[in-house]
Amino acid sequence: MILLEGFRSRFLPMPFHTILLLVVWLMLNSTLSLGHILLGTVLGIVIPLLCAPLRVPQPKMKRPLKALSYIFVVFKDIVVANVEVAILVVGPLRNIKPGFVAVPLDLDEYLPISVLASTVTMTPGTVSADVSKDKKWLYVHVLDMPEDEQEIIDLIKNRYESRVKEIFGC
Amino acid sequence: MSFTAELIISALLLLGGTFVLVGSIGLIRLQDLYVRLHAPTKATTLGLGGILIGSMLYMYFSQGNFGINELLISLFLVLTAPVTAHILAKAAMHNRVAAIERTRNLHLLENARMQEPPQPSGEKQDQDK
Amino acid sequence: MLDITVVVVAAMLCIALVLNLWRLIIGPHVVDRVLALDTMYINSIALILIYGIYNKTPLYFEAALLIAMLGFVSSVAFGKYLLRGDIIE
Repeated sequence: MILLEGFRSRFLPMPFHTILLLVVWLMLNSTLSLGHILLGTVLGIVIPLLCAPLRVPQPKMKRPLKALSYIFVVFKDIVVANVEVAILVVGPLRNIKPGFVAVPLDLDEYLPISVLASTVTMTPGTVSADVSKDKKWLYVHVLDMPEDEQEIIDLIKNRYESRVKEIFGC
Repeated sequence: MSFTAELIISALLLLGGTFVLVGSIGLIRLQDLYVRLHAPTKATTLGLGGILIGSMLYMYFSQGNFGINELLISLFLVLTAPVTAHILAKAAMHNRVAAIERTRNLHLLENARMQEPPQPSGEKQDQDK
Repeated sequence: MLDITVVVVAAMLCIALVLNLWRLIIGPHVVDRVLALDTMYINSIALILIYGIYNKTPLYFEAALLIAMLGFVSSVAFGKYLLRGDIIE
């Protein structure tokens, strides 16, 4: 068993990436023929072997199923955000009240923070601008600022950050 | 191709086209760069998404095979659009692009530029000396 | 009906591209111009897909995919250059 594990970490340093590469290869060629499956498998094994030394260790996803529901929540928000932003853009310009907000972060690894920042950029009227060097604050530009800026901070923290925290289990 | 299929595809294409157009209108109309960042990054994700799904359905109904490539394009765009927006916002702050006057919490711009924790307005100038 | 829709959507996309070009010309700052260029990439992907529907061929998807990838990489390279004055650190 230990021998098998050693074999795996020697020749398959990133099993998830191997599967991902195979799937993307098959999608690119949009076939399921045996030749392409073989070629994709070979590429999926060789490319991670070559890239393994470049890898920066990242926290693992603890609960992949939560990630699926997170994607659905974000997708719904993207649609809503698009309609809201479109109305704001076409409507009179004085309705737009831009502002900056600093959101305190509870996450402390790079991967969860970048997932959160990307989600913030995709969703209702917010673009993440920067992260402070100590990884404790996320600066967000808000397109339509409510009177109380705490509302935006609470929305980001409760709706997205808590879910990201659950997924990565930190 | 049946009439219903054509109707659905037309609706999707029109929706996508409208959102792409609104994004470009926003790029022209809005006043400062940070506000302008919102329009294209958001409107184009759904706009292009609509067009991609429309063309995927069209290929399915007219030729019978699902174009998986479109799915790959939309996946790629959803992954990369936030990164572009983020790096452009960072570049804008680094080059001290001014935000319009009525932006609230304008003092946070300088804090974000230096990547330091937020400080109440006014304190920052004292620390520089 | 689909034929008319395709033409209408293509016209909308062309107007959007012209608006982007206008921002690319007047843009007060370089970052504005990069943003306009990035939006132009995305709009041209849409235009290529519409052209594929117009010609009833799935041949153009590879081109769209290539523009998506190169557009992203070039936008990020521009952003990096504006940030550091250098692309590869």
